[in-house]
Amino acid sequence: MRAVEDLVLDTLAATTAARRAAEGDRVDGVEPRFVASPTTTAEAAQVMRIAAEHGLAVVARGAGTKLSWGQPPERVDLVVDTSRLDQVVEHGAGDLVVHVQAGVRLDVLQEHLAGARQRLGADPVLPPAAGSGTAGGLIATATSGPLRLSHGAVRDLLIGVTIARADGTIAKAGGKVVKNVAGYDLGKLLTGSWGTLGLVTEAVFRLHPLPARARWVSVPVTSTAAAHEQAQRVLHSQVVPTALELDRPADAPATLAVLVEGIEAGVEGRVTTLLELLGGDAGVAGEAPPWWGRAPWAAGGVALRLTHEIAGLPRLLDAVDDAGRRYGLRPAVRGSAGVGVLYAALPTEAEPEAVAGFTRHLRDSSPAWSGDVVVLDAPPPVKASVDTWGPARGLNLMRRVKDQFDPQRRLAPGRFVGGI
Amino acid sequence: MKFDQASAGGSGLAGLTERLRGLLGPDSVIDDHQRLRTYECDGLAHYKVRPAVVVLPADAAGVVDTVRACAAAGVPFVARGSGTGLSGGALPHADGVLIVTSRLHRIIEIDPANQRAVVEPGVVNLDITRSAAADGYYYAPDPSSQQICSIGGNVAENSGGAHCLKYGFTTNHVTGAQFVAPDGEVVRLGGKAPDPTGYDLLGAIVGSEGTLGVVTEVTVRLVRAPEAVRTLLAAFPTMDEAGAATSAIIGAGVVPAAMEMMDALAIEAAEAAVHCGYPDGAGAVLIVELDGPAAEVEQQFAEVERHCRGHGAFEIRIANDDAERATFWRGRKSAFAAVGRISPDYIVQDGVIPRTVLAEVLRRIDELSRSTGIRVANVFHAGDGNLHPLVLFDDAVPGEAERAEEVSGAILDLCIEHGGSITGEHGVGSDKAKFMPRMFSESDLDTMQLLRCAFDPDGLANPGKVFPTPRLCGEVPGRHKGAHPLQETGIAEVF
Repeated sequence: MRAVEDLVLDTLAATTAARRAAEGDRVDGVEPRFVASPTTTAEAAQVMRIAAEHGLAVVARGAGTKLSWGQPPERVDLVVDTSRLDQVVEHGAGDLVVHVQAGVRLDVLQEHLAGARQRLGADPVLPPAAGSGTAGGLIATATSGPLRLSHGAVRDLLIGVTIARADGTIAKAGGKVVKNVAGYDLGKLLTGSWGTLGLVTEAVFRLHPLPARARWVSVPVTSTAAAHEQAQRVLHSQVVPTALELDRPADAPATLAVLVEGIEAGVEGRVTTLLELLGGDAGVAGEAPPWWGRAPWAAGGVALRLTHEIAGLPRLLDAVDDAGRRYGLRPAVRGSAGVGVLYAALPTEAEPEAVAGFTRHLRDSSPAWSGDVVVLDAPPPVKASVDTWGPARGLNLMRRVKDQFDPQRRLAPGRFVGGI
Repeated sequence: MKFDQASAGGSGLAGLTERLRGLLGPDSVIDDHQRLRTYECDGLAHYKVRPAVVVLPADAAGVVDTVRACAAAGVPFVARGSGTGLSGGALPHADGVLIVTSRLHRIIEIDPANQRAVVEPGVVNLDITRSAAADGYYYAPDPSSQQICSIGGNVAENSGGAHCLKYGFTTNHVTGAQFVAPDGEVVRLGGKAPDPTGYDLLGAIVGSEGTLGVVTEVTVRLVRAPEAVRTLLAAFPTMDEAGAATSAIIGAGVVPAAMEMMDALAIEAAEAAVHCGYPDGAGAVLIVELDGPAAEVEQQFAEVERHCRGHGAFEIRIANDDAERATFWRGRKSAFAAVGRISPDYIVQDGVIPRTVLAEVLRRIDELSRSTGIRVANVFHAGDGNLHPLVLFDDAVPGEAERAEEVSGAILDLCIEHGGSITGEHGVGSDKAKFMPRMFSESDLDTMQLLRCAFDPDGLANPGKVFPTPRLCGEVPGRHKGAHPLQETGIAEVF
C-alpha cells in the first residue's frame, strides 16, 4: 500500500510541487492523502489527469476561507492548492478587463487594479477573522457582498474561464471581451458549483472604474416593517445606491446603510436627498460601518444564506423572529437587503436539533418571501442533523450535468446540493 | 440529426401532426405547404428550410405538450419567437416541428416593489418597458429590433443592444424562467429572488440558442428609469480620431449608457435612407448617451465633450429634447437597413474586439476592403468593441458574393486574432457554426457538448445550430477523431 502511495506522490511531484497531506489540510474534517500545488493551467491539468488515472477524489483549495462551507466531501484524496496559481496574467486597463490565475488573492488583485483606478466589483462576504479569499474561491462559491446591487454578482462579472476537467482536459469558455455570445456560457455554470464540475485555473473578469467619492448614509430601523419601507424608499428613488445593506444584530437595534458613490458634487447631492428620504435619525459617514461586508457569524458558528424577493424582506425577517422564538435562538442577520441576499448567524453552541428546526421552519414559510434557505457552514453535529442545502429545483438536470462533467464523481463528491 | 423514422415509436411525423392537432386544436397546427413557407426563415433570409409542421400554442401548456410529443416521437423541434434573429438561430428543421411562441404574449405581472416583470416568451421586448413605464421602470436590454423581437428569442440569443455597455445583456436581467427540457421535464428555475440553490442552470440556458430546451415563462429585472438622459453627437474627420475619443472617455472612468460609432459609408447610407442630417464631411460620427443622477450626468457630459474636442471633433451637437435625441438615434438605428440604398446586397457581420485595438482592426478591415474591392461600412457599439461591419456586394456580378463572404469571414478572423469573439449579440445559429472551431479548440467545444448532452441526449432541441459537428452523446469525450462509427455504418448522420 505504501508503495502505491509513494508512486502516486512521485508521479504528482514529477509534475508540480506535491507532498503528503498534513493535519492542516483537512477539508471540513475529511483527511486527504496528497496536496499538489500547480503553477500553470497545464500543470493543473496534468495533476487532474494523474488524479483520474488513480481514481483520486479531488478538492480545490484557494485561501481556504470557505473550505468548510457546504457538506463535507464524502472523500478527499488530493487537495489541489491553487496558492501558486497567483499571477495577474493580463490587466487590460483600457478594456476594463483582467485575466487572472485562479489562486490570485482578491486583496492583492484589488490593490493592483486600484493602481489604474479600477476595481473588481465583487466583494465576497467572509467571516470576520478570515483573510482574503481567491478569485477561484469567489467563483466556486459565488458569494457576493454589498457591491452586487450596482455591479452585479460574480456570475455577471466573469466573462471568461479556463478549467481543467475531471479527466484533465483543458477547456475554456467565454473570452476577454465583455460582449460575447459565442457558445455556451460555461462560466455561469461553474460559478457557484463548489468545485464539483471542474477545476477553475484562470478567469477573466470585467472591471469597473473606482469612484472618486463614497459616502455611507445609515439609519436605525426599529421594526421589520420600517426596514422594508426605508429600503423600498431608497430603491425607488433617484439616488442610485451602490449598495443597500441591513445589519440586525442578535441583541442590538438594526441599521440600514446605503452606499452612494460617484463624483463629488453628485454624491453630496444624493446624500442630501437620502437624508431627507430616510428621516431625522439618518446620519452620514465617509467610512463604511464596521460590520459592512462582513459575515455576521464567528468562526465555527452556524452560517445561513437567506435569499428573498426584494419586497419579501419584512416577511422573511418576521419568519426569522418566529423561528428564533420557537427554537430558542437569537439570530443575527446581515446582508444585501437591496438585492435579496441576507446572511444569518446562529450561536456556535446552538443545539443541532434547534438549528434543524429553525431551518425547517424558515423553509416551510419561504413561499411568503420567495427565497431559499441554505446552511452554509456549521459545526459537524449540526451539519449531520440538518439538510444543509435544502430543496433545489431542477435537481434532476443538475445531476445530469454532474454526470457529464464528472462521470466518476471524483470532484468534491457529496459537497454540493442533493449529494452531488 | 436526420430524423430516423424507425426510432419514432412507429408514429412518425404524420402521426405526430395528428397528435399535435388533438393536443393543441386544429387551428394551432399548420402543415399546409403554402402556409409553411411563411416560417421558412428568420431574419437571416438567405437560409431557408421549410419546417415539416408549425405549431402555434396558445399557452405554456401547449408548448409543454408539443415538446413532450416530439420527445415521444423522437422528432426534432425548433422554437421561434418573432423571427428577427440574424444568425439563423430559429431556422426550422425540415423534418421537425417549429414551435412559434407569438401567441404567448401575456405580460403576467409588472411588480415594481420587487423590480421584476413576469412575462410569456412571445412578449415583445419593448412592451415590457411600455408596461413598466408608469411605475418609473424599464427593461434595459434593447436590441435594435426591440419594437418587434420577443423576449423568448432574447433569452435564447442572450441579446444585447446599445445600452449593454452600462446595463449588461439579457443574461444579467433574467432572474427566473419556466423551462421545458427536451425530454419534456418542466422545471422552474429561479424567480424573483437571486441565487437559487444549486447549479446556475438559468445562466447556462440564456444564450444557448434554443439547443437546451424552450422557456415558457420569463422573469426579468426591471431597472429604475434614470433621472436624466443626455445625448451628444460628435463628428470627426476620421475613424482613428473617433476611436481615440472613445478610449479617452472610457479611460477617464466614464461609463456611458451607450456609445455608438458610424463611418463615412454608413453615414452616407443613413443619409440616403432617413435624411438624419449628420454633419457634412464627417469621416466618423460618435453618439454618446449618458444617464443617471442629473448632477453626475451634467459633469460627465462636459467631460465627454472635452474629450471629443480634444481628439479632433469638428462639430458637436447636443440633444435638447427627446425629438432631437431621436434624430441622432434614427441614423444609427436605421443603418443596417439603410445600406440597401447604396448596395444591392450586403452581409451584416457581428464580431467583437477589445476596445483598445479598435483603430488597428478598423485599419485592417479597410485594407481588406481595398485589396478585394468589396466595400465595408462600419456601424458599431464602440463602447464594448462590438463591430457590425456591413459587407456590400452585388449578387449580379459573378464572383462578388463569394468575395464578400471571404471578406466577411476574414473580418471574423481579425476579431479572433485580436482576442475577440465571432459574435457579440446576434448568436452563432446556423450561420457561424463553421467558425466556432476558429475561436474554440476541439476540447472547448467538446466541453460545451457535455452540457448539451446533459440536457438533450437525443439532440432534439434545435439541432444543427451553434456547433459544427457535435459528438453524439454517450461517446467518450475527447477521443473522437474522424467519422463516428455510427456515421460510418449509416445508423446516424452528422447533424
